[in-house]
Amino acid sequence: MEIQHDNSRRRLLKWSGAAAATVAVSGAWLPNFGISAALAADLGEGDVGILNYAYALEQLEAAFYTQVIETPYEGITDEETVLLTDIRDHEIEHRDFLKTALADSAIPALEVDFSAVDFTDRASVLGTAMVFEDLGVSAYNGAGKLIEAVAYLAEAGRIVSVEARHAAAIRDLLNPNSVSFAGDDVIDENGLDVVNDPATVLAAADPFIATEVTASSLV
Amino acid sequence: MTIQTNHLIADLNPEIKDILVSNRRAFFKSSALKLGAMASAPVLLAMTAQNAFGQELPQEVVDVLVFALTLEHIEDAFYRSGLESPGLIPDEYVGIFNQIGKHEAAHVAFLSAALGSSAIERPALDLTAGGKYADALTNFDTYLTLSQTFEDLGVAAYKGQAGVVAVNDDILTVALQIHSVEARHAAIVRKIGGKKPWDGAFDEPMTKEEVLAAAAPFLA
Repeated sequence: MEIQHDNSRRRLLKWSGAAAATVAVSGAWLPNFGISAALAADLGEGDVGILNYAYALEQLEAAFYTQVIETPYEGITDEETVLLTDIRDHEIEHRDFLKTALADSAIPALEVDFSAVDFTDRASVLGTAMVFEDLGVSAYNGAGKLIEAVAYLAEAGRIVSVEARHAAAIRDLLNPNSVSFAGDDVIDENGLDVVNDPATVLAAADPFIATEVTASSLV
Repeated sequence: MTIQTNHLIADLNPEIKDILVSNRRAFFKSSALKLGAMASAPVLLAMTAQNAFGQELPQEVVDVLVFALTLEHIEDAFYRSGLESPGLIPDEYVGIFNQIGKHEAAHVAFLSAALGSSAIERPALDLTAGGKYADALTNFDTYLTLSQTFEDLGVAAYKGQAGVVAVNDDILTVALQIHSVEARHAAIVRKIGGKKPWDGAFDEPMTKEEVLAAAAPFLA
């Protein structure tokens, strides 16, 4: 088998279900090529795969809000600092909760890439936050039916509504006192929130995650 | 607006009804355009919901949907009443409550459609809870308190039933989609009331019994 090391090959593999055959052996060949575990992760199968999927998203969110609080954007208000600090803390709790639940099955810490975000700019930060929160809600909504164990479903349920609260709060910061908190762009005519499958979510998250992540069993 | 779902189904062209009942996937492929021409989108979805959910559902799932519909009826009536009460909702928030009310009405319509003949009509309500909230529709602070109560209750209620409806992927997904909308509502209503949009990193479920006990005072 010809193994290519260039970036385009890696990008192809990231989140790629189509590369499932290759993914299956990646664990075997990655060490041989000196790629550290921190730079590659496979989410795994079944409920472990779903929990790792959630864990990956929570890692992304936690890293994002940690940066937001470390380097506040220009003109941030006290109210915004309080809300964003809370959200950071929630995402860290979610991340750590999932990591503990996954134990030895947890994927490594992901390396994030926020080069597209201008952390000095309110619109850039809150716009990204909105994308992450809406994406998180849609991810959990879509993952529910994929979860086998009712206990895990319950835990996902405890998290997703908090993500929805975040989404509403962020949206209201961007468009105060408007219908944006639950706008027609995310809630359909039946009053239903967005639902996305893992492939869609992972493709959307991909630009923000530098680590090679494979999700062969989910997409 | 009252959605007469059963009549809608009954009034369907028999040919389309057969398609709906016989094969949902085929229906989506072959008849969506045809049906779309004669029915608005919500009606279309309501009918597919009837087909997807209304047949052969385990009784415990039907019970959960009736339970959910009961809560949605309360919310729907609550926002209708609030929006119809002159001077209750400050101008700057009317748009928000209109949006929330629109969603609750849609939930009632959707769940009613999903339940078909098992759907319940709106129960008789007492939004003052026997006089405990006598100014529910005249004092915005009271109205906000009740709104937050209903929204947070809805979030906890759907969360508590996820395990029961998990036997049906479609219903579980719809329940989750409603669940997160209720959470968005709860967040904005809390914000208007000067509160944090959340209580912490995790939202806790409530059992059906707990939810009904909380809702009972509002059922006349």
